[in-house]
Amino acid sequence: MAEQLYNAVFIGSIYALFALGFALVFSVLDILNLAHPTVFMLGAFIALFVIGTLGLPWFVALPIAVLVTGLFGIVLDRVAFAPLRRRGAPALSSMISSLAVTLIVVRLVELRYGGDFITFPAGAVPAFVFRVGDATFEGIRLAIVVLTVALMLALTYVLRRTQLGRDLRALAENPRAARLLGVNVDRAIAATFFVSSALGGLAGVLLAFAYNTLDSKMGVPLELRAFTVMVVGGMGSLPGAVIGAYILGFGEVASLVYLPTELRDAFAFGLLFLVLVLRPTGLLGQKSPDRV
Amino acid sequence: MDAVFDFLRTYSTTIAVIGVSALLALSVWLTLYAGQLTLGNAAFMGVGAYVSALLGRHLDTPFPLALFIGAVSAAVLALPLGAIVFRLRGVYLAIATLAFGEIVRVILLATPITGKGQGLNGIPPKTELWHIYLSLAIVAYVLWRVQGSTLGRAWAAIREDEIASASQGIAVGRHKLAAFVIGALIAGWAGGLSAHVTFSIDPSDFGFTKAVQVLVFAVVGGIPNVLGPILGAGLFTALPELLRPLKDYRDIFQGAILLLVIIYLPRGLVTFVEVRRTRRLSRIGAADVA
Amino acid sequence: MLLETFGVTKRFGGVTAVDRVDLRIAEGQALGLIGPNGAGKTTLINLISGVVRADGGTIRLAGSDITRLPAHRLAALGIARTFQGVRVFKGLTVQENVLVGRHTRMRTDVLARMVPRPQALSDPHRARALALIDRVGLGRRRADTLAGELPYGDQRRLEIARALAAEPRLLILDEPAAGMNPTESAGLRELIGGLLVEGLTILLIEHDVRLVMDTCQRVAVLNFGRKIADGAPAEIQRDPAVREAYLGTEAVA
Repeated sequence: MAEQLYNAVFIGSIYALFALGFALVFSVLDILNLAHPTVFMLGAFIALFVIGTLGLPWFVALPIAVLVTGLFGIVLDRVAFAPLRRRGAPALSSMISSLAVTLIVVRLVELRYGGDFITFPAGAVPAFVFRVGDATFEGIRLAIVVLTVALMLALTYVLRRTQLGRDLRALAENPRAARLLGVNVDRAIAATFFVSSALGGLAGVLLAFAYNTLDSKMGVPLELRAFTVMVVGGMGSLPGAVIGAYILGFGEVASLVYLPTELRDAFAFGLLFLVLVLRPTGLLGQKSPDRV
Repeated sequence: MDAVFDFLRTYSTTIAVIGVSALLALSVWLTLYAGQLTLGNAAFMGVGAYVSALLGRHLDTPFPLALFIGAVSAAVLALPLGAIVFRLRGVYLAIATLAFGEIVRVILLATPITGKGQGLNGIPPKTELWHIYLSLAIVAYVLWRVQGSTLGRAWAAIREDEIASASQGIAVGRHKLAAFVIGALIAGWAGGLSAHVTFSIDPSDFGFTKAVQVLVFAVVGGIPNVLGPILGAGLFTALPELLRPLKDYRDIFQGAILLLVIIYLPRGLVTFVEVRRTRRLSRIGAADVA
Repeated sequence: MLLETFGVTKRFGGVTAVDRVDLRIAEGQALGLIGPNGAGKTTLINLISGVVRADGGTIRLAGSDITRLPAHRLAALGIARTFQGVRVFKGLTVQENVLVGRHTRMRTDVLARMVPRPQALSDPHRARALALIDRVGLGRRRADTLAGELPYGDQRRLEIARALAAEPRLLILDEPAAGMNPTESAGLRELIGGLLVEGLTILLIEHDVRLVMDTCQRVAVLNFGRKIADGAPAEIQRDPAVREAYLGTEAVA
């Protein structure tokens, strides 16, 4: 039972880290970045590259992966989103362009590493284990949970207390007004993508460390969960996304006990659909679902 | 003449798949024409596929009837979408339709009679190329003609401005639901045809990936010209074949082409066909597809 | 009485945009609705045309209660309107816009459309649409222009043609003269006059006071959501409460 709980918290944290980045871009720029699962996967593979090919230890690989994915996020924006923004294209176009980038990046990774599951070289990944009574807990999962909470607090602080955070909130509220008021919109957008992708990449590395495996399609199940998380928590709300993530995490672990495995995915979608029908704004949502 | 038949035989599966993809793309086109985003049509395709295949296997239902019942089942299943269609727009609607589609797919996965994760195998190859292309021709024709009717205009008006449409007497919710249901009908029919060409089906054929793919065909092809989705389906289904020499780099090229089209051709591939109208629409900022 | 509202109210969050307003428009009459910006005029129009739901009060059309009816049903019952800041269908042609306006008068022709026929210009609906396009001063030559390509003033005219296409009993015009030059508003005045002669009932929101005084038999004034005056144009001009409401914003007369 305690292990189940621990699992639920761990899974919730991964969802939360992933969803935070996703929700950040949505709340500031109103676009669904369908390439987010790609940065998740990219983070893991960069770590693999640094450890496996460059032979560096995991505590060097981690920050490098995070940094590189953050920078990738900026490139992603320049390539896939900025031209559409300039034209005033609808949200759907951005979704498709991010999809196109996903196609390309996933394939590139597969060309180098193939499409199957890969494990890290032996001993490369930190593996602390500790016991409480009868139960065994993996330390790395605990580290992930702690890290998620810490990052969430840090992000909240940045958004509330710093100039950058104010700029981002202005941008989220009204892009045109923000520009007129002197907000450096381009820099704010670059920062948004950097942070969002870095978070996604971090989530990817941590998950890969925790399970000691990675593959090119690891982002896909998370992508669909991310929708549920955002909707349940409330579109446009970052704390909402985190809460939604934990609700989903707990819900899934619980449903595993009661539902046959085939229906496990159904929990996430059932929840999503239910929320959209009954309370589309979610728990803490700020954006009206009437907005296109 | 022989050369033509040889060509058809070698590439018959691809040509069949192009036809089915085009039908699916048209099913999504319809909802996009009414201004609605949907990611649920892959699931409706799945419903049509399973229902028609199972009817044929267990009840020996004649092929056309099985197809028909499959399509109608999909349409009926789309009705509950009315619960959300009236209230959600844009991205939320897309996500909701996706969730709905995924729920349907998961149910397919869990129901014993569908063979669960293994799917159905050994479906008799009853579909001929002419079935597919006749269906495509009829559907494309009907949709093309509908555009100039009161119904078509009502959908176009809803796409442009829902409140103004309501003020002209258009029952917006009902019209939106009609677009969804008819779209599901077409998707179901396409599913039935597809099942009897590919011999086997399983739930993963009808998931998120497929839904997105279909949407891409329609959007990249272009709205609101009926030719658009057909072009889109044709290009992107044929592309892997055309790019075969590129082997492993195929997907990369496909992604790159998709990216270029979406960024530089706001009205999709149809831009090449309707150059003048696109220019006029671009000038007034109404060129984008959704 | 064609249209009556009894104590109709609308709240948005903490703000009462329309506060227990009573309005009466007789058949064949033109009622002007004026008031400072933010007085609630458009909200009142939105209530009458079904775009928003009233929080209190009743609205009656020729005696029947229409308070709870949605916009599309009201259109079928004969209420047509234009919008403040034009809402034409930009991607559709002028003619298509007007034909959409005619939606309630047209029976669905989907089946008929399946058989290709040379464009039936003798079709009575299209004929009527073209006649309306001429009447509002657009000219049928422009029938195939995209609505979004028209200059602003012409888009306003198109909106009126679209509203008239439904052959309404009550036509609501929300600031039709905004941004029009004197020649254009003279044309508008003529159009409204002609419509009145034909027996149409009109509810006109306008800031162009001269237009209101010239075309309307009665004028109602809103301020902060409440009706503060109701009577003949000349009376309204002399009413001290009205002057006070406008003080600092525009002079009445």
